[in-house]
This record gives sequence, C-alpha cells and structure tokens, in this order.
Amino acid sequence: MILDINQLAFGYNGHRIISNIDLKVEPGELLAILGPNGVGKTTLLKCINKIHRPSEGSILVEDRDVLKMSPDEIALGIGYVAQRSETSRLTVFDAVLMGRKPHIKWSVAERDLKVVDAALQQLDLAQLSLRYIDELSGGELQKVAIARALVQEPQLLLLDEPTSSLDLRNQINILTVIRKIVDSHRIGAVMTMHDLNSALRYADRYCFLKGGIIHAVCNCTTISADIIEEVYGLPVSIHHIDDNPVIVPEEFPN
Amino acid sequence: MHFDHGQVPAEYKQYIGRKALFVLVMACGLAAVLVVAISLGAANISVSSVTKSLLGMVTSKQVEIIVWNIRLPQALAAMIAGGGLAVAGAVMQSILRNPLGSPFTLGISHAAAFGAALSVMVLGGGIMTSSNVGAVSIINPYVTTASAFVFSISASLLIIGVTRTRGATPEVMVLTGVALGAFFTAGTMFLQFFADDMQLAAMVFWTFGDTARATWTELAFIATVTLFCVVYFFSNSWNYNAIDAGDETAKGLGVRVGHVRLTGMLLASMLTAVVIAFLGIIGFVGLVVPHMVRRVIGSDHRFLLPACMLVGAVLLLFSDTVARLVLAPHVLPVSVLTAFLGAPAFFWLIIRGGRR
Repeated sequence: MILDINQLAFGYNGHRIISNIDLKVEPGELLAILGPNGVGKTTLLKCINKIHRPSEGSILVEDRDVLKMSPDEIALGIGYVAQRSETSRLTVFDAVLMGRKPHIKWSVAERDLKVVDAALQQLDLAQLSLRYIDELSGGELQKVAIARALVQEPQLLLLDEPTSSLDLRNQINILTVIRKIVDSHRIGAVMTMHDLNSALRYADRYCFLKGGIIHAVCNCTTISADIIEEVYGLPVSIHHIDDNPVIVPEEFPN
Repeated sequence: MHFDHGQVPAEYKQYIGRKALFVLVMACGLAAVLVVAISLGAANISVSSVTKSLLGMVTSKQVEIIVWNIRLPQALAAMIAGGGLAVAGAVMQSILRNPLGSPFTLGISHAAAFGAALSVMVLGGGIMTSSNVGAVSIINPYVTTASAFVFSISASLLIIGVTRTRGATPEVMVLTGVALGAFFTAGTMFLQFFADDMQLAAMVFWTFGDTARATWTELAFIATVTLFCVVYFFSNSWNYNAIDAGDETAKGLGVRVGHVRLTGMLLASMLTAVVIAFLGIIGFVGLVVPHMVRRVIGSDHRFLLPACMLVGAVLLLFSDTVARLVLAPHVLPVSVLTAFLGAPAFFWLIIRGGRR
C-alpha cells in the first residue's frame, strides 16, 4: 500500500470543504479524482502532502504518518505537480535539478546530476536542457514540472490537472508519460482531472467527489452513467468503441 | 525509482563553468576598480603605490594616510553598500515575485528619509555648518542615523505585521509597502513645509547618499550586518529558485514558503536600513543591478546572488569615483551618478536581450 487515507477532513473558518475521505492507492496504480469545479479536488490533493493541514483524519504514505513528517521528509516521499508553474530565467536542467532540493545537503552531488539527466531523457527533454524555461511551450513546461517531481524519487506522485491548458497532442503525450512512469517505476499516482474520457483511458480507478465527500470510487467496468449524472447533474450515456468506454453527454436538461 | 543510467552531462557542466567564470571575472574586476578608484583623486597616487599600501608593504607616510584614512574607507563603503543593496534587491524581487521589488517600492527608503527629517527638526540633529567644499553637513549624525534606522526598520516590521494577519503573499507585501511609502513621503513633506531654510537644507542634504560619511567603526558595523545577511541569503539560494517556480511548487519541494519569505524580507530590510541610515539614500542599485545580472547569467540564485553582490559593488564604486572626480573640487551625490551611469547600460541590456 503506497497511500492510505482515513477519515480525512479539511476546512477553514468553520467551513468544511472536504470530509470523510477514505482512499487507498497501490504501487503502479493511477487514481483519478473527478468531480465538478469547486468540489474540493485540489484541496484533497494538497492535504495529501500537507500543503493544507487536514483538520481530521490520517494520511499514511508507505506506512509513515505524513502529518508527523517535516516538509523536507514529505518532499522525499511525495512529488507534487502544481496546476500552474511560473517561469523564470532558469534552464530546463536547473529547473529539474530543483527537484533534488530535498536530497541536496550542502552542494549538488554527481548523482543528482545523473538522476536529472535520466529524467530528462525519459521525458524527451534532453535536447532542451540548456533552454530557459521562460522560452518553452505549455506542454514542454508541464513536462519540466513532471520531471522535477520525478527526480524527487517519490513513492507517490500528485498531479493537479496536469492536462488543463494543453492541446490534444500534448494532453495525450503527458498522460502517456504519466502512465509509463507509474508502470515502470511502480509508484502510486493521484491526479485531479476534468476530462472524463481521458481519465477512463489512462487511470486505473476514478474517485468521484460531490459536495466535499466521496460519492463513488469505481473502475472502468463498474462506472455507470447514473454515477456521472448524479455527480455532474448532466445525463450521459456510455458507449464502447473498440472495447474502450466513451462517455457522451446528452442534451442539457432544461 | 531507477534513474541510475543517467550521465553527468558535459554541456551542463560547461554552462555552469561559464557562470562561475563570470562571477570570478567580476571579482577580479572589482579588485581592479578598487585599486584605480583609490589612486584617483585630488592628490594622484600611482596604482603601484596603492597596491603596495593595500598589501601592507611600506610606502610613504603621505600615501598611507590618503589610502587608509581617506580613500579606502569611502571605497569600502561604496562596495559594501552597492553589494548589499543589490543582493537585498535581488532577494526582494524573488520573494515578492515582483520585478519592482526594492527598498524604494517598499517604502523603506521613504521611512528612513522621514526618520532623518524628524531628527533634524525635532531631535536636534540638524545643527549644520558649511564645510570648506561648500557642502552642508549634519553636526549630530548619530541621532539622525539612529532615527533613520528606527523608522526604516519600523516600516518593514509594519509590512511584516500586516502579512501576519493577511498572509505572507507578495501582493499584501507590495501593496502595504507602496502605501507606507506614500505615508512617509507625506510625513516628510509635512516636516519640510514647517522647516526653516537651514533645516530644509539639512533634510535634503541627508537624502543625497554619500559614501564618505562612514568611519572605520561604522564601516565595521555595516560590513558585519551585510556579511550576516549575505550568508543567510546565499544559503537559501535553492529556496528562492523554488519560490520563483510558484508557491505551490515550492511547498511541494519542502520549502517553508511563508517562513522563507518573512525572514528574507526582514533581513533584506535590515540590510537596506543599515546602509541607508549610515550613508543616505542610494537608489537604483538595488532595483536595477539584479535585472542587469539576470539578463546576463539567468535567474539561478546560486550564481545570481554572488554576481549581484559583485556587480553592485563595482557599479557603486565606479559611480562614486566618477562622482568624486567629474566636477572636482565639488563632489556630486553618488546616487545621482548611479542612475546616470546605470540606466544607459540597463537600456542597452533590455534592447539587446539576454544571451546564454
């Protein structure tokens, strides 16, 4: 078990945002968090690596209690890819090397450079390594952010809408890369998403949030049109194309 | 994770080497400018005598006095102030994620000017005489210095106090700083309105930054504060790089963003306050040197901060020397010269763009 969340709740100023969250993620598993805007998907993700401190519940990563760990210790076990990353005049190599920060004690070691080099190769970024990140395209920048999280050598990867603001080709490219990483390194990954069909295609399980609690957790055989309609308030039908389930929204209810 | 098949990339090592070389060249440049700056002045001393004297070898009594008692303290003051202000500016720009971050945008200089004006008016620091070069000087500089320091530190503490209640976000800090700047400017104008001719002259005179004000003891104090802050800033280089990538990303990398931002802000303000309190207001260096250096070597703080320190020191020492010589025997305020010399260089960099 890589991630084990029990009865997690978070809120501020007496206002509950998420509550009663129970989730588990196994090695090599990619879990998608789905649900309408403002339902608490990002909040849940940020609770997992204590960017938000949960008000109740427990989070275990590889059987260690995240809530009792220091920020540095958390960064050694959990990689986080934020929804937006800012650019600066930093080369791609240095931007990824930053992911080694939790490992770097006094100065950058030879191994840090090797790990970065390997990650750049895996994400097809090697030829860009000395470009400044403020000259990259959105897709390239997202790959840099993922590479940065990877060189942390985490057991768990958190991704906040990794494909938002990307074109079709880049969306598929990024999701394929994430899938490959999860499979090849046998790590766990949790990502928030809006695109249900991409989630169906790339994630192993889907966790639907509604009103700050888990409405349903299912996989590609147990997902149903009813669940999606209950969560999003929109009737859908599920079709199968070459054995892949595809969700098609119906007319908007008047 | 298995990432052990990676190589140490030669290209990247070369790139890092080039940046280290830039820092080294700047350090050598600074040493050269220092020797030349000391040799120039009303009494010209040869570069070789200056070098000998600085290295502790025996020279004439006259050379010793001019170098060690007059020109070296002023040159060191310019170097430390330039380096300190430039590093403080670079750190503020990073933690506030705002290219306009500097002691000016945050009202710290305005607060210092107000403190000085208040001491001239109320605390009696403002009895002046005309010195033989035609400039006015403040007779009781310690009261003025202390007052300027207290007010600039209060300004930064106020900014930090506001962020305590509203969260340490760049927006809150910058907006509070701008409001404070306006407040203290108004306060200074109020005092100036009621000041007599002599007091008014003293207030305005104080705001002209002057590197000749500091004695050896004061220099030692400024240098100690600068050293302490700079060591802290250098050791946080990775944190500033991470904050540049966004607060969320930095937090994901284990950076205590709020803590780093507050401490950086406090130390950058303290460094600025010390320099300004002793030497007067020296603008431009803190704002523009980081931008100049960033365009040349990028924004990796591991190299940006040392390079800013050296370039800031070179720029202010050079400006100070020109200010001493250009209209001799009159001495121009160095703060006028920094902008005159730095702005064209900056425009050139903006137009030409950065190069790796």
